[in-house]
Amino acid sequence: MGDIVSLIGKRLGYGLITLLVISVIIFFMVEMLPGDAAEAILQMGATEENLAALREEMGLDRPAIIRYFDWLAGAVVGDFGVSITSGEPVSAIIGERFVNTLFLAAYAAVIAVPFAVILGIVVALLRNTLFDRVANVLTLTSISSPEFFLGYVLILLLAVRTDMFPSLASLSADMSFGELLHRTFLPALTLVLVVTAHMMRMTRAAIINLLSSPYIEMARLKGTPPLKVIVRHALPNAWAPIINVIALNLAYLITGVVLVEVVFVYPGIGQTLVDAVSKQNFPVVQACCLIFAATFILLNLAADVGAILTNPRLRHPK
Amino acid sequence: MSATGKKKQVLLDIEGLKIEGFTGEEWVPIIKGVDLKLHRGEVMGLIGESGAGKSTIGAAAMGYARDGTRISGGSIDFDGMELTTATESERRALRGARIAYVAQSAAASFNPAHKIIDQHTEAPLHYRIQKRMEAQEDAMELYERLRLPNPKEIGFRYPHQVSGGQLQRAMTAMAMSCRPDLIIFDEPTTALDVTTQIEVLAAIRDIVDQFDTAAIYITHDLAVVAQMADTIKVLLKGEEVEQASTEKMLSDPQEDYTKSLWAVRSFKRPQKSRPKDATALVSVQNVDAAYTGGEKVLEDVSFDIYEGMTVAVVGESGSGKSTTARCITGLLPPMSGQVLFKGEPLPPSYHDRTKDQLRQAQMIYQMADTALNPKVRISEIIGRPAQFYSGLKGAELKSRVDELLDLIELEPSQYYDRYPPELSGGQKQRIGIARALAAEPSFIICDEVTSALDQLVAEGILKLLDRLQKELGLAYMFITHDLATVRSIADEVVVMQNGKVVEQGPKEEMFTPPHHPYTDLLLSSVPEMDPNWLTTLLEERGVDNVGESADV
Amino acid sequence: MSTFVIVYFAFLIGASCLAAYMDRRSVFMPLFSLTLVSFVVGIVGGTSGLWFIAIAAGLLALAAGTSYAFREFLVAILPTNAAKELKTAPLTAAFGLFVMFTYAIAGFFAPWIAPHGETEVIASAFAPADENMLLGADQLGRDMFSRIVYGTRNSVGLALLATSAAFLLGASAGLYAAVRGGWMDQFLGRAADVIMSIPSLIFALLMLAIFGPKIIVIIIAVAIIFSPRVFRLVRSVAGNVVVMDYIEAAKLRGEKRGYLIRKEILPNSTAPLIAEFGLEFCFVFLLVAGLSFLGLGIQPPAADWGSMVRENATLISFGDITPLIPAAAIALLTVAVNFVVDWMLFRSSGLKE
Repeated sequence: MGDIVSLIGKRLGYGLITLLVISVIIFFMVEMLPGDAAEAILQMGATEENLAALREEMGLDRPAIIRYFDWLAGAVVGDFGVSITSGEPVSAIIGERFVNTLFLAAYAAVIAVPFAVILGIVVALLRNTLFDRVANVLTLTSISSPEFFLGYVLILLLAVRTDMFPSLASLSADMSFGELLHRTFLPALTLVLVVTAHMMRMTRAAIINLLSSPYIEMARLKGTPPLKVIVRHALPNAWAPIINVIALNLAYLITGVVLVEVVFVYPGIGQTLVDAVSKQNFPVVQACCLIFAATFILLNLAADVGAILTNPRLRHPK
Repeated sequence: MSATGKKKQVLLDIEGLKIEGFTGEEWVPIIKGVDLKLHRGEVMGLIGESGAGKSTIGAAAMGYARDGTRISGGSIDFDGMELTTATESERRALRGARIAYVAQSAAASFNPAHKIIDQHTEAPLHYRIQKRMEAQEDAMELYERLRLPNPKEIGFRYPHQVSGGQLQRAMTAMAMSCRPDLIIFDEPTTALDVTTQIEVLAAIRDIVDQFDTAAIYITHDLAVVAQMADTIKVLLKGEEVEQASTEKMLSDPQEDYTKSLWAVRSFKRPQKSRPKDATALVSVQNVDAAYTGGEKVLEDVSFDIYEGMTVAVVGESGSGKSTTARCITGLLPPMSGQVLFKGEPLPPSYHDRTKDQLRQAQMIYQMADTALNPKVRISEIIGRPAQFYSGLKGAELKSRVDELLDLIELEPSQYYDRYPPELSGGQKQRIGIARALAAEPSFIICDEVTSALDQLVAEGILKLLDRLQKELGLAYMFITHDLATVRSIADEVVVMQNGKVVEQGPKEEMFTPPHHPYTDLLLSSVPEMDPNWLTTLLEERGVDNVGESADV
Repeated sequence: MSTFVIVYFAFLIGASCLAAYMDRRSVFMPLFSLTLVSFVVGIVGGTSGLWFIAIAAGLLALAAGTSYAFREFLVAILPTNAAKELKTAPLTAAFGLFVMFTYAIAGFFAPWIAPHGETEVIASAFAPADENMLLGADQLGRDMFSRIVYGTRNSVGLALLATSAAFLLGASAGLYAAVRGGWMDQFLGRAADVIMSIPSLIFALLMLAIFGPKIIVIIIAVAIIFSPRVFRLVRSVAGNVVVMDYIEAAKLRGEKRGYLIRKEILPNSTAPLIAEFGLEFCFVFLLVAGLSFLGLGIQPPAADWGSMVRENATLISFGDITPLIPAAAIALLTVAVNFVVDWMLFRSSGLKE
């Protein structure tokens, strides 16, 4: 068991270092800009005196390295500084919206993951049949379509033409859970379509790869019935690739969510990021980027740890 | 090995079997009408080169067509049941119960997720032949019969916790679990070292004998099949060449192709001795080496190679013979010790060697397929070293390439503009030799150059190398695991084991006892054509010693 | 029961029977499944549902026919070697090639094909389609159709440029790492890992926030974001070649790295590299389209598909599909490239399945 612990420890350490490197990139790329936050806040009204005063107040007169550690220490406890445009704390702007985004992603994942994994396995078992080919063309079309295309098509078909769902996903605090699900159905469905296609393809490839291993042939040549071949011989070895596929696609959801939020005017962190980018509101941009990157890394980490934990060779060391 | 098998009842009767494979565009024939008749208790050896279709026939005997293949004609009658027309579930009911399979790579064919014994008992439990406890006890008994160490305990390990030779025996035990009428052995010892191979061969033969099971034994190794089979069938490109009982086939083959396979190394040349008062051309002195971060793979290796002589370096895989070559060429700088060339120390890494030093030592590789760039013309493969070292250009270069092609006995005009994939294995190997010669070296390292080739072709290559040595005064370092090759071409022999030189000396001395114990084990483990070789050997060593002695 | 419904079912059932009679299982199964589906759709959705199916099937048949004809055309005009490989190409791949061909024509000859100028205002905002304007006007009264045609140049051109930059960077780093090995290889691999652990859209947004939405920033951002993916692939493809004995032979001969890459490695890795280029193009194209849609891509007044969707999105709430056309154009090209790549990957993987 010592092997597993040290492997996972190593992997965790590696993820932490990656996250640190990324925080350095995010922080210092903004530093490369001419001008600073003080100039951005005061804009035209800037004079030497009030600039200097504001810099001192915001701590901008200190060296970049110190400010980086300040920022990082703040980020760890959820304090990302104040927004340039509104002066509010960034955490106040992001906090609730991040929860909304997580809800949307979770909504999509709950539908997509079981659906895609099961379909992926079915397609792998029926490989080279007509069903498989049709599924191939459909999934390929789905992953080739930009999220906003799928989103607008769904709006057109299910909101404008048939009026089954609202086209805009506005939220309010006093909605019932059922209404919440109904309101956010279209954005969730858009994400489901894209992610399911990706996931099905990857699951199919993983299963087919597995089914060509010699021990599967051996099981068949031992007279094991097809269902038992899958359940007893393929599945125990399939967890690692399937976990990997799921984690990768959840990570993909995190990016896809940005465009979908804009299409459906959903009050999530993706919208906030896009707004902040066009207004050059850097504290918010930095915070959003760090949160997205951290989620992404965390999911990849989970995939690797899952793969280590389900590997029989590591579970039963020599 | 019951030679009386002929009188027994026919178990498997294959007639006019045709199998096709899908190339992505069309179905092409793999097996073009093969007949096979196997009696109860008979062991038949299927022999042929890769691509002869042995393995496909083996699978077909179970009514099984691999993915991308299909049985397109003929009949397969197993004990009164026609497998080509039987339903899938009828065929499945035979597999494991009445026909069992032993695959080439046991490591890949055991499911890594389950314990060995659980995989062993799967078939008996499925067919309700035994209860779990009975089946496990039976498995332990089989493990004991197959001379596996700790038979009571070994089954409860996972496949990756057990060595390759033991795993192969465990797989044979698994095949035996339902006491089938027929077992298909698909190259069961090909992936093993010679010393491990022996124990597996002995175990397989014993168990097949004890239960009087019929078997189809698929291999490309003649000497192996001679030990195992009652009858031998020779295949070539999906067609039968001939079939006869083992003794008859060995003593009196009918077809030319079979004769060419049987042809014992006729080539032999007199042993040369070291020139007096000369410095060694290449001298390896106390070399230690390790790959980055790994353990030592070479320890205190020393030997000399004199001008115009052939030194054979023998050992099993992992003995360090190829690593030694990498140290000499400078691909792997040694940790300590040095390599001298004509008395001068060579820089440890090839990066630091001069063009002339690089030119002097050339290599010929085992796999001609990976040794020649498939996307480069023959003329350029051979021409590049001449251009690179001697600065030849234009007509001069062309005439040099022609000269080299003449030297390796290939017609220049025919091969000049061709690409390696268009050539046969032997021709490719010759191109590899020409590329080495183009540098005008004084020393060539030959890394298993004949082991991927058929006997006849290999012999041609050996003759060519010998002729070139005489004409050009070359020195060879001949890396091989094949003692027959050593006998025919070597002047001196170096035996390696686990990164150390075990014994070295002139060939005649090395092949006459007394040997170092490892040399002895190595020499005696190489299968010979004599059908009684294994029996004799086991008697000499004592049956009970085989397991331990070979458990390296 | 309108005549259409009767003709519709009569045709389907007749064709199914014919297929069954001719023993063409692969034709019969889809035809009869379609018939059964049509029953359900007819009951639930009425005639309009059947019309939808009929039109979809007709379009599919048209696409299949075009692809078939285009493949035969290519087989006829190409040299024998290429023709032989194309002959076995699936229809989807032929369809992909046909779409790519059409887009290339539209891009090259945009000024001649488009009836109006790229930024020419010729009507009132959102004017409906008439004989002068095939698809009506956009939010400023410019001709939609002309802008879509010009958009081919801008959108596809930018994506191609950015992909090439990413490819050049990633491939040269990958080849270098493979040949050089050692710590440099390790370092480049780690750097690629780090860049790949930032989601691509997020990284692009960060760069654009800092340096502003300029073309050159987009190209550089894409090059940085996607080069690690190319790097990984090239590193592994070249890694498989580098262990070949002929590379060792060339190294021992004393050949320089440039020669090794140029003469020994590249000729043996072209097929996977071309497929990877297509795959990367799809990712880049979708990313750039996404950025444009967010208003951070090619800036107005240049015509660009992503921004066109955003600018005209309000029309969708009136049930107008015009804003979807540029989005569909993006999807169609990506699908096309994916189809071709799929075929190439299948070919290079041989008969694995």
